[in-house]
Amino acid sequence: GLFVWHLKSAGARQVLCPFLHLCRAGSERWVTFQYFNFLKRMYVTQHNKDLSQRAKPKSDSVASPFRELQRLDQEKKVIYKIRPISPAHQPLSETSSGEVKLAAETDSSATPVRAEPKDDRQWKEMKLRLEDLPGILARLSKIKLTALVVSTASAGFAMAPIPFDLTCFLLASLGTGLASCAANSINQFFEVPFDSNMNRTKNRPLVRGQISPLLAVCFAASCGVPGIALLTLGVNPLTGALGAFNIFLYTCCYTPMKRMSIANTWVGAVVGAIPPVMGWTAATGTLDAGALLLGGILYSWQFPHFNALSWGLREDYSRGGYCMMSVTHPGLCRRVALRHCLALIGLSAVAPVLDVTTWTFPVVSLPLNLYISYLAFRFYRDADRSSSRRLFFCSLWHLPMLLLVMFTCKKSLLEKEDKGDLPGGDQGRAMEMRLP
Amino acid sequence: PPAHSCNDWIGPPDKHSNLRPVIFYVPPKESPLERRLREARQEAQACDQRFWARHNRAFCKEKEEFIYSRLKAKGLDRGAETGQKATLNAEEMADFYKEFLSKNFRKHMQYNRDWYKRNFTITFLMGQVALARALRWLRWKKKNV
Repeated sequence: GLFVWHLKSAGARQVLCPFLHLCRAGSERWVTFQYFNFLKRMYVTQHNKDLSQRAKPKSDSVASPFRELQRLDQEKKVIYKIRPISPAHQPLSETSSGEVKLAAETDSSATPVRAEPKDDRQWKEMKLRLEDLPGILARLSKIKLTALVVSTASAGFAMAPIPFDLTCFLLASLGTGLASCAANSINQFFEVPFDSNMNRTKNRPLVRGQISPLLAVCFAASCGVPGIALLTLGVNPLTGALGAFNIFLYTCCYTPMKRMSIANTWVGAVVGAIPPVMGWTAATGTLDAGALLLGGILYSWQFPHFNALSWGLREDYSRGGYCMMSVTHPGLCRRVALRHCLALIGLSAVAPVLDVTTWTFPVVSLPLNLYISYLAFRFYRDADRSSSRRLFFCSLWHLPMLLLVMFTCKKSLLEKEDKGDLPGGDQGRAMEMRLP
Repeated sequence: PPAHSCNDWIGPPDKHSNLRPVIFYVPPKESPLERRLREARQEAQACDQRFWARHNRAFCKEKEEFIYSRLKAKGLDRGAETGQKATLNAEEMADFYKEFLSKNFRKHMQYNRDWYKRNFTITFLMGQVALARALRWLRWKKKNV
């Protein structure tokens, strides 16, 4: 972080010249090249469009890009050209356009460095390009997972028995999202050599050297601190505390525990259960039974989701040294998944008792929960890859459906007011809702 | 990496360790702090490479041995007459995975400790180097203003 800001504010310093030149010369094609670096097909498409601009057909072997680069001079405008290559060699070169800067390693003059071309992949310069930064940070913060976490937090907010407050909702979602980005970045920071060895994770930014560890930590801090501050000051201290606790739990408990004991799955389930609780506390300011119920539902959901996923990754986990139930206690793995699917049925039935939803919720959600329990039972009995995959994919749509049904069956405030058991302090606001 | 580059270069994953080797750029006016950082990173890279290459090779070897012994017990040959390699399905391999994981548990614990220590040290050094460079640049800016 420090160094990138530095580069941006720099002037004529020689070290930063290349970067400035790049900025000037850079255009959209750089972004696409960088972003789709390893997607060869996309690379070829873009490259085709670009050949007309940078025509220099190359019929040489893979080693020649390095010779090309030697002619580049820092002072020249276009330093890092797209490697123009003949169509025959397009699949081979994922070349010099891939550049990543290591924050600590730049200096003014050039020193000859020995080239060691590998057989089917290219060497990439560790130079961070500003256009790539959003994509890299998105992958570093596992943006899709963060989006899922924010949506569960929003579900928690939506289910809370208070009139909808847009500012509070947005602040809570933003704070949760930032906290999640920070936690995910630190997780990747801790796991670089292990991620390199597993197929699922070997294309992460830190593994590929697209970003330096220092930058990853700075990014995590610059997301985490404002995120938690936002939650504490903009929403309420309880939500902020929960957010900070969750980051700690994920980075300092779950991540190291993955390599020490199978209990990590339970800790991870708590990590997944906290965001909806945070959403609820953001709305109401207190940890009611409803919050815990929502947390409980997400806690139970984590097990069929994760256990099914981990079933297909046993080889990678074993080789990577991860202690997962699917490897060491396969019977327990399947039992726990089934147990928690059945627990989901129970928890859904408790919802109306706690005044979170009406009685239609357990009725409508019963088929959903029964179906996932059935798949969990099949997984328990068959213990094979196909049943695990079916369970995993079911869990992916089961949760959003369940939360949606829960929301539609939410006990409305008007109903509650009629019964006279609104949470304290909301009488005024509830009256407002009645007015046209 | 080319002669005029002034950055590190990172290569494709190593065949055995799956780690990506880095060639470090040595600037002519390298400060002692920068040298410490570079040497720490080189040493860490060497350690990691040694560990994972050895570990993965052991995994492959033991996996082959396991498959061979299991197939022999079943009365099958590794290279069947059809020309296709007879192999075990995932459930049979699960025993091997469990055994391999427990056998290497202590080795992993030791490696984890070392890795965390090295990671923190290197990142901290990176921070120090970045700070030193920032101060240097500020001083230069002030001089030239």
